[in-house]
Amino acid sequence: MEQITIEATVENLPQVNDYVIESLEERDCPPKILLQMELVIEELFVNVAHYAYRPDVGKCTVCKEFEENPRALILTLIDSGVPYNPLEHEDPDTSLGVEEREIGGLGIFLVKKNVDEISYEYKDGQNVLRLKKLF
Amino acid sequence: MEIKKLFDGTTLTVTLSGRLDASNAQELTKELNAALNGVKDLIFDFTNLKYVASAGLRVLLTAQKRMNKQGSMTIRNVNDSVMEVLEMTGFADLMNIEK
Repeated sequence: MEQITIEATVENLPQVNDYVIESLEERDCPPKILLQMELVIEELFVNVAHYAYRPDVGKCTVCKEFEENPRALILTLIDSGVPYNPLEHEDPDTSLGVEEREIGGLGIFLVKKNVDEISYEYKDGQNVLRLKKLF
Repeated sequence: MEIKKLFDGTTLTVTLSGRLDASNAQELTKELNAALNGVKDLIFDFTNLKYVASAGLRVLLTAQKRMNKQGSMTIRNVNDSVMEVLEMTGFADLMNIEK
């Protein structure tokens, strides 16, 4: 398992993206999956950057592991911010009209749609979000 | 992301290139807020937009809500990966999209 620990700011998103995407590229991950993972990483990391330590800035640890047969990325994001389970956020109703649609909640919804497994636990004072993406 | 604006009477065409994400969604919001007064038809050209995240979707939804009050909004030339995100979130049904 490899990991980086980085200040959770929107400015650091490209660094986190590169860290994960490069490994997927090395493993000949299909372009469509790469794009889906970019989206997943952005939504999760930006959530930590915006909310976990507000109004301060804190760290986020990103771990990547790879499995074979079937090939999969296991990605874990860990922060020590306020306890928050994003998976409890109610999914937006995608059948509603423009005026009824809420502005928020789309990010985590997109994450759920684009991963194969996702789980959350609060452990030792840390938010631990773990996901699996087959490729 | 690059934002280009072209006014033609009451039509505003906004051409976006690159990525519409959390790092620049606010910039687009500011640009639109400054430009939408008096606009009847807002057209987004996504020919060179290769990526959109939820921060960008929020800007599009806000723009759609505003344009419903003052005219119309159309999104043109959407590539497959951006379209997938619009479809996943139901935005494809909410907005006038010319692929």
